[in-house]
Amino acid sequence: MNGTLEISGLSKSYREPVLDHLDLTIDDGVFALLGPNGAGKTTLVSILTTLVLPDSGYARIGGVDVVTSPREARRLFAATGQETTLDDLLTGRENLVMLGRLLGLGRGATRRADALLEQFDLAPAGRRTVATYSGGMRRRLDLAASLLTQPAVLFLDEPTTGLDPVSRNRVWDDIRALAETGTTVFLTTQTLDEAEALADRIAVLRAGRLVADGTAEELIAAVGGQRLVLLDSERNEVRSIDTDGTAASLAHAMSSLHAHEQGLHVALRSPSLDDAFIALTQTHQEVAA
Amino acid sequence: MTALAPDRPSSAHGVGPWRSSGVFIGRSLRHSLRDGEGMLMAVALPVILLLLFTYVFGGAIIADGYVDFVVPGVILTCAGYGAASVAVSVNRDITLGAMRRFRTLPIVSATVLAGHVVASVLRNLVATMIVILVALAIGFRPSATVLEWFGALGLVAMWILAITALFACIGLVSGSVEAANGYGFILLFLPYLSSAFVPIETMPAWLQPIATHQPMGPLVEAIRALLTGAGEAPALVSLAWSCGIIALSMVLITLALPRSKDR
Repeated sequence: MNGTLEISGLSKSYREPVLDHLDLTIDDGVFALLGPNGAGKTTLVSILTTLVLPDSGYARIGGVDVVTSPREARRLFAATGQETTLDDLLTGRENLVMLGRLLGLGRGATRRADALLEQFDLAPAGRRTVATYSGGMRRRLDLAASLLTQPAVLFLDEPTTGLDPVSRNRVWDDIRALAETGTTVFLTTQTLDEAEALADRIAVLRAGRLVADGTAEELIAAVGGQRLVLLDSERNEVRSIDTDGTAASLAHAMSSLHAHEQGLHVALRSPSLDDAFIALTQTHQEVAA
Repeated sequence: MTALAPDRPSSAHGVGPWRSSGVFIGRSLRHSLRDGEGMLMAVALPVILLLLFTYVFGGAIIADGYVDFVVPGVILTCAGYGAASVAVSVNRDITLGAMRRFRTLPIVSATVLAGHVVASVLRNLVATMIVILVALAIGFRPSATVLEWFGALGLVAMWILAITALFACIGLVSGSVEAANGYGFILLFLPYLSSAFVPIETMPAWLQPIATHQPMGPLVEAIRALLTGAGEAPALVSLAWSCGIIALSMVLITLALPRSKDR
């Protein structure tokens, strides 16, 4: 099974450019695409899942072009969108069996549906209509539906949006488990926690372009520096001063402090992925402006 | 690579259009069975109309035997109104995301419409049967032979198919489920502008040609002639209307189907 995803020169404009000559190759593991609202994440996933045509460039899943051979490409991937796409009037089990039949599992569809309901802890709930499910149960059933066959690539567009932390952790566990089976997971998310928790590789999309690509540590290192955090217990406030981590810049930062200030505690903190994300997206906003 | 489950199938072959149509017909029939309220409305409304016209207005319109006059119109009102609900089912699939998933599967996703259309025709034939049984119970006495019954039911079935196809198309282009639902009212009023409830001669002269020639005009006349032997049966004109509407809907559906393009 070839779960390689190649994207080359991919562009799409609605009134304004949404994707701007995007190049990206993903071999395996969990890949997270981070970006603020409107960065082009959903458009990219829509193109990769054959729902929208790009203006130029190409994308291949396991060597199959999603634009010229959509039918063949659909055999290789599964996708779970932002809104769950389940049938409210059918039971959880009926949903899975129906999709299994459509995927070509034939009589094996019922067996596969039962196995997935078991695996996702939905076995008793599988007999109820989906209309009665909680948000977390819907997401898990939606995820199960994407695993009726073993897709080479699984697209998850913001899979935990709107879930409480407990449900979110369960979905995360499910995603980790399936990544171990060899499926390439392409995940879009707005939350840094999610990218850090799941992904081997994180890219940041900003206004249709990739502005960073690497592991969480690499992204943090790229932003660099250390942040001087000042805790003023007298005035009960926190101030922070950005430095580039060198002795000179630290000394400069320290010199701006008054040594006689009582109750001032100083700490050095490495930037978090949040800092990296904000730095990366802001820099490019300034460049654009 | 460890397998998540030993029987996990490796790849999705997908199925051909016939098989996917079969799966979608099963889905839509399940929807019909679960949606008891929808089914109740589809039957209750025509039955209420039937009782209202027979016992309240009927005496003022035709003093004697109004039930025989009005039943064909009520049957067609029932058929059309019930079939219009397909617009809601189709629109729900488009707006709530089911279509998005179907379109990423290795199948001809348009066959989801076949499921809605076939289920709607079956559902409406059942509703029509119930209305006919109620009519018989309150004194409807048709003179039709078995052959004429088949002829009449055939025309009704074609009309249901035509309206279903047209409203599947409306469901595709409607902006919301509520809007898709709203269009059904057109079909509720169409029969009033024909000989369904009142003789056309009682309408103003300028309105009479419209009432005679609108699609439901010849249909009402044909069903009435076949069931009760009253007047000529313009069966071919009715059939031509239904076939024309079906053909037009097919073209519109192909144009309106969501495909890979700008959303």
